[in-house]
Amino acid sequence: MSANGHGGMKLTLDIWRQKNASDPGRFVRYQVAANEHMSFLEMLDVLNQDLITKGEEPLAFDSDCREGICGMCGFVINGSPHGPTHGATVCQLHMRFFKDGDSLTLEPWRAKAFPILKDLVVNRAALDRIIQAGGYISTRTGSAPEANSILVPKESSDIAMEAAACIGCGACVAACPNASAHLFTSAKITHLGVLPQGQPERYTRVLDMMNQTTAEGFGHCTLMGECEAVCPGHVSLEVIPRMNADFFKGSLKKRDPKAVAGGA
Amino acid sequence: MALDSRIPGGPLENKWSERKDHMKMVNPSNKRKYTVIVVGTGLAGGAAAASLGELGYNVLNFCYQDSPRRAHSIAAQGGINGAKNYQNDGDSVYRLFYDTIKGGDFRAREANVYRLAEVSVNIIDQCAAQGVPFGREYGGTLANRSFGGAQVSRTFYARGQTGQQLLLGAYQALERQVATGQVKMYSRHEMLDLVLIDGRARGIVVRNLETGKIQSFIGDAVMLCTGGYANAFYLSTNAKNCNTSAIWRAHRRGALFANPCYTQIHPTCIPKSGDYQSKLTLMSESLRNDGRIWVPKKKGEQRPVDQIPEEDRDYYLERIYPSYGNLAPRDVSSRQAKYRCDEGLGVGPGGLGVYLDFSEAIKRLGQNVIAERYGNLFEMYERITGENPYQVPMRIYPAAHYTMGGLWVDYDLMSNVPGLFVGGEANFSDHGANRLGASALMQGLADGYFVLPLTVGDYLASGGIKKADTSHAAFKDAEREINTRLDKLLGAKGKRTVDSYWRELGTILWDECGMARSKESLQRALTKIPVLREEYWKNLKVPGSGNDFNQELEKANRVADFFELGELLCADALDRNESCGGHFRTEYQTPDGEAKRNDAEYAYVAAWGWKGENQKPELHKEPLVYEKIQLATRSYK
Ligand SMILES: Cc1cc2nc3c(=O)[nH]c(=O)nc-3n(C[C@H](O)[C@H](O)[C@H](O)COP(=O)(O)OP(=O)(O)OC[C@H]3O[C@@H](n4cnc5c(N)ncnc54)[C@H](O)[C@@H]3O)c2cc1C
Ligand code: FES
Repeated sequence: MSANGHGGMKLTLDIWRQKNASDPGRFVRYQVAANEHMSFLEMLDVLNQDLITKGEEPLAFDSDCREGICGMCGFVINGSPHGPTHGATVCQLHMRFFKDGDSLTLEPWRAKAFPILKDLVVNRAALDRIIQAGGYISTRTGSAPEANSILVPKESSDIAMEAAACIGCGACVAACPNASAHLFTSAKITHLGVLPQGQPERYTRVLDMMNQTTAEGFGHCTLMGECEAVCPGHVSLEVIPRMNADFFKGSLKKRDPKAVAGGA
Repeated sequence: MALDSRIPGGPLENKWSERKDHMKMVNPSNKRKYTVIVVGTGLAGGAAAASLGELGYNVLNFCYQDSPRRAHSIAAQGGINGAKNYQNDGDSVYRLFYDTIKGGDFRAREANVYRLAEVSVNIIDQCAAQGVPFGREYGGTLANRSFGGAQVSRTFYARGQTGQQLLLGAYQALERQVATGQVKMYSRHEMLDLVLIDGRARGIVVRNLETGKIQSFIGDAVMLCTGGYANAFYLSTNAKNCNTSAIWRAHRRGALFANPCYTQIHPTCIPKSGDYQSKLTLMSESLRNDGRIWVPKKKGEQRPVDQIPEEDRDYYLERIYPSYGNLAPRDVSSRQAKYRCDEGLGVGPGGLGVYLDFSEAIKRLGQNVIAERYGNLFEMYERITGENPYQVPMRIYPAAHYTMGGLWVDYDLMSNVPGLFVGGEANFSDHGANRLGASALMQGLADGYFVLPLTVGDYLASGGIKKADTSHAAFKDAEREINTRLDKLLGAKGKRTVDSYWRELGTILWDECGMARSKESLQRALTKIPVLREEYWKNLKVPGSGNDFNQELEKANRVADFFELGELLCADALDRNESCGGHFRTEYQTPDGEAKRNDAEYAYVAAWGWKGENQKPELHKEPLVYEKIQLATRSYK
């Protein structure tokens, strides 16, 4: 491949190319020139411009906000979801973290619950279905009380915010040797479960969401913490024991309906 | 065509109640007989789809991302306004209304803006009840911060991720309706055309982005909540795939496009670093609460920034606008940054930047407090620039950010096409010629939760919608046209990529119709764009096929619409011989460089009608009549 006049570094990329869900897929090698000010995705944009100009099929990868917040982007670089810097999405990864001559392997999230659509693009609809199972507070539009009539201790509000920072990208699943989605599911359970507004549905929520997570084919959690290490939302592993505690309590309440009447 | 804005009678304060009290209603058990198509899952679309589902309508909801949670609203950082007056600083519905009207340089419709301010308080209640983790005081009550163009603290926030948290609230409400089957969600489906039957909006044609399949959907009403068109400039703070296609296609089918030239250039973005750059990153306006903006007083200043003493710095916003200081509105702040850089005082590569400096706030409040308030923004800045803003001031420069213009709508948010409703950034309704910070989230949620679900009911209950299905000729014709268009894009087999054209179009718009515009620059743009557009259709190179996941084809189709929109944007800017808000015509300015309005001739909404390719669009005027307030010269001094 031609060095494309963008200077500085030359990289060798082994990229997973797969035409569609039924294609077995393979790695294809590309050479690309980049400079340190580019973002990683801009480097791939440059590669794609070259491929198109040469009449080859460009690489499919997802991105939208390119600000690390929408959760659309994500693939694995040298075995690391979102790349080697950890704690940020791949759209926020900059080329200054790489050096001339580096060889990188790019592949999609690999998990049974995330079927590959094309190249680096996967289907993450399973995460939406987990939310559908109970990741909300049932409050109809218009039925809300005056906002300050619900006091939320700042500490709870902070815990809720930190858990709610999950961007739903799926890196946790890709990082986990068991392809577990526990960090994702428990982040939502923690966000809603520590708030006063979330109490009425707290225990049904945890059971329903956990059941759905299993039904989607995600693995179980052995608290290895690989998910936390790569999470661009900085969601703490702490949400998992919180969820487990609620899950046990919820399961007990389910067996003894009288206990449910007592609420939280 | 006479534009009927259908503003209810009576005093401004009572108009919304008046309208609600006299709406026609669909009774609860009949709602399930109606289907509403909602395109978009951002704050406006997500909130509307969820609320319509709760009411019992069948809803078909579309977005181009792989999940409704990723709509561009997710990226909003700073906050959302609400006239709660929790700070006891004298805020009120009237004050929020007035600030918004004034912020919009008296070019918005009074009745709509008043309603927006009125429902702002319900939005905060609604979101708090959904569990949106707003910032709180130690006593457990909600906290506020200040935003530009206001002298009260009325902005609610969830750290630097307010849009994310508000959108997740709406998304969760939406998923709850998806689970009940009331809403059917179509992710990775892009609307490519609007279908009218008997003059009413009845459906859409979409492309399944995974399979390439073209498919039609019919409903009793169509709602477009598809966001803004700032990506016409190529480089903007918007998400890469934000586009104008949905509203542009509707425009070509008869919906009027209002005030396209009202575009917002945001003052605080990370400057561009190279020609490969794919987008610009916003640094939230909330930073201006604690950051001070300055440039060196001397041209060609060589000293490192920490060695430039106070007396050699020009805190120009504080100097020129003492009562608003660093919180002057966006149009004003952007323009002043441009003036400084034009004077050769800019900092950083190419002299295209000004400093946003936190050193004093860090000294006063401590690094922890600043980290708590803006930590994620500081991190993002450092990741992108490699500089640590706790130690050196940020460098910022204005960038295309938001579009006040959009499809024309009446008071009910219905376009001139019966049955076509438009919400959020996609309509033109509330921000006049300039939007104040923290007001887009407010408008999206006001439209989605509290206005559209009611007004669409009134439309449906008014009757006259005939039975039809997607075998109707109007659908078949639209499908055929789309297939022809996609074939044409794929078939050009020319030499240049979509991106290369998009960049060139963006550069024309930015240079000739950006922060400053003149008759000459606009005429230049209007000569260049059609030539480039023509070349685009002939010399474009789009790989792959239409029956496949094909991101280049998606983009080619969107850029084709940006070309047409870009032309209208410039035509509108040329036609408006005045400066107002974000529309700054260099010929019309005060001696100190502020925008000079011409109320006698231009106090109207310019609503443009499509007349066909290469035809002059037709201008319809909606006069802006102010019952409550006096038009005044906007001053932030
Ligand atoms: C970086 C940034 C920060 C901001 N910060 C703030 C802030 O702090 N406060 C504030 O008030 N405002 C802020 N804004 C503005 C605000 O975020 C937006 O104006 C607002 O969120 C728009 O919401 P929306 O619902 O109208 O559209 P969007 O959120 O843009 O949603 C558009 C939806 O339409 C869908 N769509 C678009 N086209 C099609 C199509 N053809 N077919 C199918 N679906 C389609 C998309 O998939 C998406 O679901 C910010 C904007 C940016 C860019
Ligand atoms: S593109 Fe939005 S998080 Fe990366």
